[in-house]
Amino acid sequence: MSELSENAKQIIAEHLPRYPSKQAVTLPALHIVQQERRCVSNKAMEEIAELLELSPAQINDTASFYGFFRTEDNPLGQKRIWVCRSLPCMLRGGEELLAALCEKYHIAPGETTADGKLTIELAECLGACDGAPCILLEDELHLRCSLEDVERIANEPNAPTKKA
Amino acid sequence: MSQTEFKPVLLGRIGKPDSQSLASYRADGGYEALAKSLKMANTEVIDLVKNSGLRGRGGAGFPTGLKWTFLPKDVQGPIYLCINGDESEPGTFNNRVLIEEDPHQVLEGIVISSFATRATTAYFYLRYEYGRCYRALQKAVDEMYANNLLGKNILGSGYDLDIYLHRGACAYICGEETGLIESLEGKRAWPRIKPPFPAIEGAFRRPTVVNNVETMACIPHIINHGSEWFQSMGVPKDPNNPRDAGSYGPKLYCISGHVNKPGLVELPMGITARDLIDQHGGGVWKGRKAKAVIPGGLSMGFMTNAELDTPLDFNGPGRVGCLGLGTAAVVVIDDHTSMIDVLYNSCRFFEHESCGQCTPCREGTAWSTKILERIREGKGKLSDIDLLMEIANSIGTIPGTTICGLADGAAWPIKTAINKFRGEFEEYIKSGQRSQSLALAGAH
Repeated sequence: MSELSENAKQIIAEHLPRYPSKQAVTLPALHIVQQERRCVSNKAMEEIAELLELSPAQINDTASFYGFFRTEDNPLGQKRIWVCRSLPCMLRGGEELLAALCEKYHIAPGETTADGKLTIELAECLGACDGAPCILLEDELHLRCSLEDVERIANEPNAPTKKA
Repeated sequence: MSQTEFKPVLLGRIGKPDSQSLASYRADGGYEALAKSLKMANTEVIDLVKNSGLRGRGGAGFPTGLKWTFLPKDVQGPIYLCINGDESEPGTFNNRVLIEEDPHQVLEGIVISSFATRATTAYFYLRYEYGRCYRALQKAVDEMYANNLLGKNILGSGYDLDIYLHRGACAYICGEETGLIESLEGKRAWPRIKPPFPAIEGAFRRPTVVNNVETMACIPHIINHGSEWFQSMGVPKDPNNPRDAGSYGPKLYCISGHVNKPGLVELPMGITARDLIDQHGGGVWKGRKAKAVIPGGLSMGFMTNAELDTPLDFNGPGRVGCLGLGTAAVVVIDDHTSMIDVLYNSCRFFEHESCGQCTPCREGTAWSTKILERIREGKGKLSDIDLLMEIANSIGTIPGTTICGLADGAAWPIKTAINKFRGEFEEYIKSGQRSQSLALAGAH
């Protein structure tokens, strides 16, 4: 059975005409696979490689460079929350927020709760220093977050975001 | 022009209802600059931008029009424009606000710049974390295709252009222009050895220009109002320095850290750090004093309180030992904060973000972090201070030991922290104290 969904294959095919090389579709392909499967398995890398006429090692070389992509033995939980620890957030409680979250969910940064619901990551500057401390839920920034805000966000993925 | 009468240019539409839509952008005169440009020769557009004195807003401050002229003259085949939207420098968020709130202003600048450089494809490299920006841009690009502002024969001019959004994957090094190009090509974002510069051999081995988002946002205004208007703002060339290209135009300043009102403000270039903090950032929080201020993103290093009357133009921060204006992202650190903790945070950032290609950077950032960990645990030695300085003096493009400037950015906070706050480091080490933030075990 194919590891890539029909949707993923279609998105990869749609990206091909945008670039003069097939290899340039590597990041878009990795993104769509991880979005659907919460990781990029070895088999998925082989299938991406075949579609892009590369070796699986080339896909792995790129995927492993970006700490963003997860291997199959370490998939993401249903939600991924990044907590910024860079200087502007540190100055306004970012490290305290990260420590409190890790204590609350009994996991270290990078780990996923036992029920598979939540992955907490430490982030370097998320680009929302005007709203420090800030977090990222999947790809949405949430500014000026307290522990209570993050818990609420973790429980309701569609909660309205705080604007700058 | 005094600051009180300054009317925001780049942020002029921010906060208006529906500021992201094509209809509202057009109602405010949007895409008139594009129509005007398409009636000009592309070289006239380049000259106008060159004469305006616009310098790249991404950090290095290279003159934008001059960069465009480095493209080979009689090139056959495609030229690419890459937009650097990988904004990741700690303290910096101006591009996020520009894209989220007024994507068409940036996109109009991209179409004009593509026309000027004869690019027929533009790749907008956007950091993954900016999901809201991504969706705002995609919506705006779709509107442009539907209204003959992109695609074939734009506004009947015969000029064709496609813009594609390309999302990153959370790596600071992709903001380095050749790292960005490698990442765009689907590889690990290892910066390239230059020459060849991207203008000769860039994306997909073709002539390429890489420009910053805020730089693009300036372009339509230069077309509309002219180069003299742009030069009426900011700080003129230093007559005693023939190499100074001046610091012209409006500039976005990010204010964060220990201030009452963190946020983004637009001012003519050259406001002092003190005025920026007091008049626009609401002053230092909790009635405290600033101990140190970063003038333009973490890589630029630190200014002391006594240096806060330095103007934030392209030359000012360098005069007080900082690396430069950088991204004009001002981070305020109050007098209750330990510079040891601040420098540790800086070193840890650059260790995390070093791509690992050059040994001096990979090892230097890692060892400086380890030394600061030791100091924070109360086990530091006084000789560690000189050891940190030795590392800082050995890594980067300035001593000539690395391919890109990431290590210079790692070195400058170390050099300026130790040169300007050496006494604090010595006292800390002598006392054998442990950092209070070590208790936050989960965060380390």
